[in-house]
Amino acid sequence: MVNRIVVGAHYGVRDWIMQRITAVLMLVYAVALVLFVLALPSGYESWKALFSQGWVRILTVITYLGVVLHAWVGMRDVWMDYIKPAGIRLTMHVLTILWLTGCFFYSIKVVWGL
Amino acid sequence: MQKQRPKHLDLAKIRLPVPGIVSILHRVSGVALFLSLPLLIYLLQGSLSSAEDFERYRAMVGHPLMKLVLIGLLWALLHHLCAGIRFLFLDIHKGLELQTARATAKAVLVVSLVLTAVLGVLVW
Repeated sequence: MVNRIVVGAHYGVRDWIMQRITAVLMLVYAVALVLFVLALPSGYESWKALFSQGWVRILTVITYLGVVLHAWVGMRDVWMDYIKPAGIRLTMHVLTILWLTGCFFYSIKVVWGL
Repeated sequence: MQKQRPKHLDLAKIRLPVPGIVSILHRVSGVALFLSLPLLIYLLQGSLSSAEDFERYRAMVGHPLMKLVLIGLLWALLHHLCAGIRFLFLDIHKGLELQTARATAKAVLVVSLVLTAVLGVLVW
């Protein structure tokens, strides 16, 4: 019996689970996309038609959100493993968030053709 | 009894076991994909652009140097995907035995390289 003093923190378990759930989400999206590409006639027209469907756009953006959350946990782990000085680590965390947020808005712009 | 083991962190001398190689490459490929996210989104944008922009996009993607970068990223994606599936199974305590873990690690390395080679030749 481990007598652990619990003080209300989550010990990273939520991030750990989020990274796994988003991994499965991306896997399902990737398999579905490959199957669609194989099933549809190849070429520019059918590719463009696929991405003009509302549900494809919504699922794509949801998956990108998954990519962002997944990459956030992964990059945060990398910085925590290799960067010890708190100031530099905090800076890298902020830059990572800015980078991922930028990528996410860029992907929405591309998928919706804004 | 204390075993005589070398104690150092000399990266040039450390010999990782196969699962260790898969693990560090999972991390390296993940960082590479993170850094190339804008490029990957740009590629989707180009593939969905209007007919005249599409020709310009094709010329850019068709550049040999760009093709090399893309094949590198294709490997990063496939390795990250295959190793990720393996880690998900390890998370649910499947394939934890030493022999199985070594075999699946080798399989991840081989499958991602073979898939990269096959897809790379197809799109070149």
